[in-house]
Amino acid sequence: MRNLNFKFQVSSFLGALLLVTGVYALDTELHGFVDGRAGVRTQNDPYEDDRSLTELRLQLDSKTYFDWGDFSARGDFVYDDLATDQEKVDLETGEGFFDLRELNLLFTPVDWSDVKIGRQILTWGTGDLLFINDLFPKDWNSFLLGRDEEYLKAPSDAIYASFYPSIGSFDVAYMPRMDADRYIDGSRVSYWNPMMQSIAGQNAVIDAQRRDEWFSDYELSARFYRPVLSWEGALYGYSGFWKSPEGMNPDGAYFPRLNVYGASAQGAIGSALANVEIGYYDSREQSSATQFVPNDQLRFLVGYDREVAKNLTAGLQYYFEWMQDYDDYLDDPRVNPDTARDELRNVLTLRLTQMLMNQNLMLGLFTFWSPTDNDAYFRPVATYKVNDHWMVTANGNIFVGEHDYTFFGQFRYNSNVNLGVRYSF
Amino acid sequence: MKILVAATALVATVSGVYAQLSVDEIVNKANEAAYYAGKDGRAEVEMKIIDKSGSTRTREFTLLRMNAKGGSQKFYVYFKKPADLYKQVFLVWKEVDEGKDDSRWMWLPALNLKRSIAPGDKRTSFVGSDFVYEDVSGRNLKEDKHELVETTDTQYVIKNTPVDPDSVEFSYYTVRIDKDTFLPRKAEYYDKNGKLYRIVEGTKVETIQGYPTVTESVVKDLNTGGSTLNTFKNIKYDIGLKENIFTERFLRRPPREVTR
Repeated sequence: MRNLNFKFQVSSFLGALLLVTGVYALDTELHGFVDGRAGVRTQNDPYEDDRSLTELRLQLDSKTYFDWGDFSARGDFVYDDLATDQEKVDLETGEGFFDLRELNLLFTPVDWSDVKIGRQILTWGTGDLLFINDLFPKDWNSFLLGRDEEYLKAPSDAIYASFYPSIGSFDVAYMPRMDADRYIDGSRVSYWNPMMQSIAGQNAVIDAQRRDEWFSDYELSARFYRPVLSWEGALYGYSGFWKSPEGMNPDGAYFPRLNVYGASAQGAIGSALANVEIGYYDSREQSSATQFVPNDQLRFLVGYDREVAKNLTAGLQYYFEWMQDYDDYLDDPRVNPDTARDELRNVLTLRLTQMLMNQNLMLGLFTFWSPTDNDAYFRPVATYKVNDHWMVTANGNIFVGEHDYTFFGQFRYNSNVNLGVRYSF
Repeated sequence: MKILVAATALVATVSGVYAQLSVDEIVNKANEAAYYAGKDGRAEVEMKIIDKSGSTRTREFTLLRMNAKGGSQKFYVYFKKPADLYKQVFLVWKEVDEGKDDSRWMWLPALNLKRSIAPGDKRTSFVGSDFVYEDVSGRNLKEDKHELVETTDTQYVIKNTPVDPDSVEFSYYTVRIDKDTFLPRKAEYYDKNGKLYRIVEGTKVETIQGYPTVTESVVKDLNTGGSTLNTFKNIKYDIGLKENIFTERFLRRPPREVTR
C-alpha cells in the first residue's frame, strides 16, 4: 500500500512544483541544494556497516504566494547507498528515495489568527538539542549519523493554528495520526537492547507497532506564551504517545500513551541569555504482566548562553530526568538491576561556536556529558563557505561510555566522522 | 554699500546660527538623519563583499525599520540571497537606554526555530561583511565623547573618542557631516597606534519623500584590503508598519512587506 502511495506522492509533489512554477506563471520562488555526504565508523561495529553514510540528496524548496496565503513544497530526492531498499518510499519513516519535508498552505482566516495545514516542520521549547516540551518528531538516526542538523527534525502532518489575542499567543498543533520519531531501530545505528541484555543492530531491528489509525491515534500539542516582565514565559500541554517505542507488549515494541505538561521561561541576565524549562511526563498506561511501560518522569533544564570573546559563543545547559516510582521499576522482574536506569539521570551540555574568516569558517563543538551515566557524546563540526554557492563541512559523532546500557554509552560502536559538500541555489 | 553691509550681516547671522549649534546638537541631528528618518521605512539592500583578491560574495535582504519609544527601534531583516540564507530572518529590538542590551533573534525556517542570539560585541561583522553590527543599527551616542574639530563650508568634522577605550578596537574616529542635510558622509577610524585603518563612506545621497537618504555606501578595511558595497533600492518611508510585525508571529509568517 505504501509502495503504491509513493509514486502518487512523488508525482503529485513534482506536479505541484510544475504547476506553480510554469503552467500558470504563478508568483513562485524555487531554491534548494545538492548535498553529498560520506562517513565511516571509527571502530568496528559487529552489527553495522563500516560506512555510516554514503548519500547524495537534492532538495527542492518552493514557495508560492497567493493573495490569500502561501503554499510551500519542499522535498528531498535521495540516493542512499546504504539503504536496504531504495524503491520503497515511506513518507513516515523517511525511507526510500524521496522524503517529503513540507507541503502546506499558510493563511490568515481572521486578523488574529494564522493557520498552516499540511506537512510541516514544527519546533518549540527553549533547550538546545535537549527537548522537554517539544514532542514533535525527531530523526535520531540522521542526528547520530551526522546529516545536517536540520534533519534532526522530522516532518509532522498537522493542522497548526495560532491565535493572537491581547493576553498572549496561543498555538495548537493537531496531528490526526501519530508522527513518531524516526527512532533508533538498529538498522543503521546499533543500540542497547534490554530484552537481549546486549548491544544489538541489524541482528535485532525493532519493527514497532505503528500508531497509524487516523483520528484515533491523534496527537495534540498546545502552547501559550507571552512576555512576563522582560522575559518570555510559556506553558505547554501534550496529549499523545511516547515518541520512540519504549513500551513492550505481547506483539513487541509499541508507543504507549503519554501526556506532558510543562512550562518555560527565557530572557536576558546581564549580557547573557538564560532559559529554564520543566515538563512532567505522565505515562498514561500501566505496566502489567503482559506489557511494560515507562514510568512517569520529571524533566528539567536550565541554560546559559553568552559571547565569551569576539566571535566565540558558549552555551551551557544542565538537564535531568527524574524517574517517578523508581522502586516499582526496580521491582519489575523484567528489569535487570545490573543494567537498570538510574532514578536520576543528569546531563550537562556545552556548546562552543567560533566564527572565523569573515564568518565563512565556523568551528563548533557540542558536548553532552552525563556524570550519572558516566558517558558522553561529542559533536565537533567545521563548516567552510567557499563562496555563495559551495560549502564544505566535516563533522564527527563520538560516543564514549563506561557501560553498554547507558544512554550515550550504548552508541559507542557508532562513533563516526563525515565529510560533506553542498551546492545551494 | 548698504547691500554689502546687509550681506555681511546676513553671513554673520547665518554663521552665528551655525556657531550656536553645539557639538551635541550636531551629532544628535546626524544620528536622527542617518538612522531615524520617518516613523518607519523599508529598503531592499544589496551587499557586495569584496576581498582583496577581488572575489565577491553577495547578500540580498529586505530591511524593515520602525522607530519605537524613547529612541529604541525595531529591525526586521529578511534574507533572499545567498541561497543558504534564503528565508532566514534577523530580528533586532535596539535599545538606547544605558545598561540595556539589544534583543536579537534568528529565524531558521528549515528547523522552524526562533533562536535567541546572546548579546555580543557590536563591532562584530554583520553577516560576514566589512560592516559591523553597529554601522547598521547605529552606535550609541553616549559611548563616545564628541568634539567639533573643524567646520568647512559644507561639513562639520567631529572627532569621537570612546568613553571606554577597551570596549572597541579603535582609539578614535572622525565623522564628516554635511551641513545642509546633517547626513554623516565619511567616517575614518584610527587604531591604537593612530593609524587610519577603516573608512565608511556614504557615496550616494538621494532625497526620498523629503528625507535625504544614503542610497550607496562603502566600507573599506585598509588592513585586510577588503571592502563592502551597500546599495539601497525601493526605499519607502512612513509605510504604516504595525509593531507586531517585529514579533514571533511574523517570523513564522514573513509579511508581504518583505517577501514581495
